[in-house]
Amino acid sequence: MAKIKGSIVINIDRCKGCEICTVSCPTGTIEMAKEVNHKGYFYAYPAHPELCTGCANCAVVCPDGVITVYKTKI
Amino acid sequence: MAEATGIKDYIKPENLVYKRTGIMTENVLHYCPGCGHGTVHRILAEIIEEEGLQSEAIGISPVGCSVFLYNYLDIDWQEAAHGRAPALATAVKRLCPDKFVFTYQGDGDLAAIGTSETIHSCNRGENILIIFINNGIYGMTGGQMAPTTLPGMKSSTSPLGRDTRLMGYPLKITDIVATLPGTYYVTRQSVHTPANARKTKRAIKKAVQYQKLNKGTCFVEIVSNCPSGWRMTPVEANKWLEENMLPYYPLGDLKAPVDVNAQKPVKSDNND
Amino acid sequence: MEKELRLMKGNEAVAEAAIRAGADGYFGYPITPQSEIMEYLMEANPQAKTGMVVLQAESEVAAINMVYGGAACGKKVMTTSSSPGISLKQEGITYIAGAELPCLIVNVVRGGPGLGTIQPAQSDYFQAVKGGGHGDYHLIVLAPASVQEMADFVGLGFDLAFRYRNPVMILSDGAIGQMMEKVWLSPPVERSKTVPEWATTGKPPSRQRNIITSLDLDPAAQERFNQKLIDKYNEIREKEVRYEEFQCGDAQYLLVAYGTSARICQKSVQLARKEGLKVGLLRPITLFPFPSKQISGLAVKADLVISVEMSAGQMVEDVLLAVNGKTPVYHFGRMGGMVPTPEEVVEFLKSKITGD
Repeated sequence: MAKIKGSIVINIDRCKGCEICTVSCPTGTIEMAKEVNHKGYFYAYPAHPELCTGCANCAVVCPDGVITVYKTKI
Repeated sequence: MAEATGIKDYIKPENLVYKRTGIMTENVLHYCPGCGHGTVHRILAEIIEEEGLQSEAIGISPVGCSVFLYNYLDIDWQEAAHGRAPALATAVKRLCPDKFVFTYQGDGDLAAIGTSETIHSCNRGENILIIFINNGIYGMTGGQMAPTTLPGMKSSTSPLGRDTRLMGYPLKITDIVATLPGTYYVTRQSVHTPANARKTKRAIKKAVQYQKLNKGTCFVEIVSNCPSGWRMTPVEANKWLEENMLPYYPLGDLKAPVDVNAQKPVKSDNND
Repeated sequence: MEKELRLMKGNEAVAEAAIRAGADGYFGYPITPQSEIMEYLMEANPQAKTGMVVLQAESEVAAINMVYGGAACGKKVMTTSSSPGISLKQEGITYIAGAELPCLIVNVVRGGPGLGTIQPAQSDYFQAVKGGGHGDYHLIVLAPASVQEMADFVGLGFDLAFRYRNPVMILSDGAIGQMMEKVWLSPPVERSKTVPEWATTGKPPSRQRNIITSLDLDPAAQERFNQKLIDKYNEIREKEVRYEEFQCGDAQYLLVAYGTSARICQKSVQLARKEGLKVGLLRPITLFPFPSKQISGLAVKADLVISVEMSAGQMVEDVLLAVNGKTPVYHFGRMGGMVPTPEEVVEFLKSKITGD
């Protein structure tokens, strides 16, 4: 059976570290980084990229629109 | 531009599922982290792109945190005085009836100083879309009480919590507006979860299509957060919103036609 | 095409002139003594003929903001009211000036302050000419003294408004609004099919988005913008001064009056001259820009100047500034809606000549 796999790209310079994507992600892909971006925000990043299904929940809810989502069948 | 990426193999143009719409300009949003304004702006921008409305849209921005809305969406804008956006929109739509005309207002703008303009434009049934961002507080000016602030809710002008004996109860302006025959579609949504954000997009998209029917005012309230004003983290604020705001401002349609091509709204007294 | 001769009230003339000037929209609210303007427009129903929108708003505040919205779309829009309603509009007016939008506002002045009276007055001069709303801006102010000028200034007002991207006010009063006189009405002009390139029309791919706003939080930019307004007002001062002289050629005593006061002073000049007094009248037609040079030029040849207004003394301050100490300046006025008689003005003049 084909599996749906996703991949996200986060613009970490524009991320404001609100963390809403982390609680919106159904698979636990996203976590907050331990380092800050140049504005001083802890940015979000795909800590467990293999779990991503490309559902785009994170992108849909992101107030700053910093996430781009790709999805494919493998 | 620094990026954090997932599995690179999957990142190909044919796999693209979601990208920030080009109707949003490159400007970084000035809103606080986690503020719902950004999400609503993006939803609105996506709809403008998907419906091909860039050359028809005329937006009226308010006074409040979203006064700079005109820096973020690449359409023609008019900046209104506090509360007056529906009056501007009235003239714009009557003079340019083939344009997509909408206002975007906060709770002070729409339900305090602009109450008269809100009610009368809805009462006249102006064929406009009013987007109402309700976060129960005045963000831009530093977190003062709003007409929609909940009982007991703290703000900089209700430091001990809103006392209903002195300041009355929260104003459910959307409910009032839904009783007016001039409104065609009145709904309350939110953007604090992906499911709700998607519902909000469907609601605003309906409103956009309804405007072409010239059947009256479409009024979309979005219950939203203000992490700075509420003194919480964004995630805490969204939880607080679910537990406190939504029971008072329940989500759903207050007035809706049966379908897009409906001739008669379900709950109105219109004799159309 | 021919002009049409009618017998009309001042208020009605404004309404008819608006339709003929190709106005796109009128937004108003009833208030005495100018409600006839909107009543005439509602009855004439120009929407059916020219598509002109006529809308009774829920308040004067809403009406001026409708004007803002329409003006921002590049349309010829106007509102009318009387003193208390014009006070309500001040917020909208400063926003219109700050956003550099064209529009026409008519004030049919009544006695104040507060709810005042419905009788005519000229006590809104400061409000019209010196600001009224907050910030550094000016309205171009036209002061009709007849029903003909009420009609003519509508088209002129719109022209000036669009030429300078500035709000224009017709400062009338309850007497001129209510009186009936002969008026030659211009043939109708079609509503414009094009709008200025700065207007909000929906953003086509060919241009940047148009943003109509008066907000700029960068003080340096805001200062530059204020300087731009100053330059505009200086150009207006140079090019748009309008006035009328009545027997000023050999005037030993100069009267300065506008609107209804000017009509009265014209009679006063005739009466005084019969008594051998060489009196002249300078009638400002534009109150902004004020005919300071003209008044100054006449004042140096005169023994005294009297500013005649139906107020406690407002225009007199601009007359004093124009005369700049070279000649004594006095104020004569009635207030609260009282209209002076020509004889009263002559008596006052004579008392000043004999040094009372």
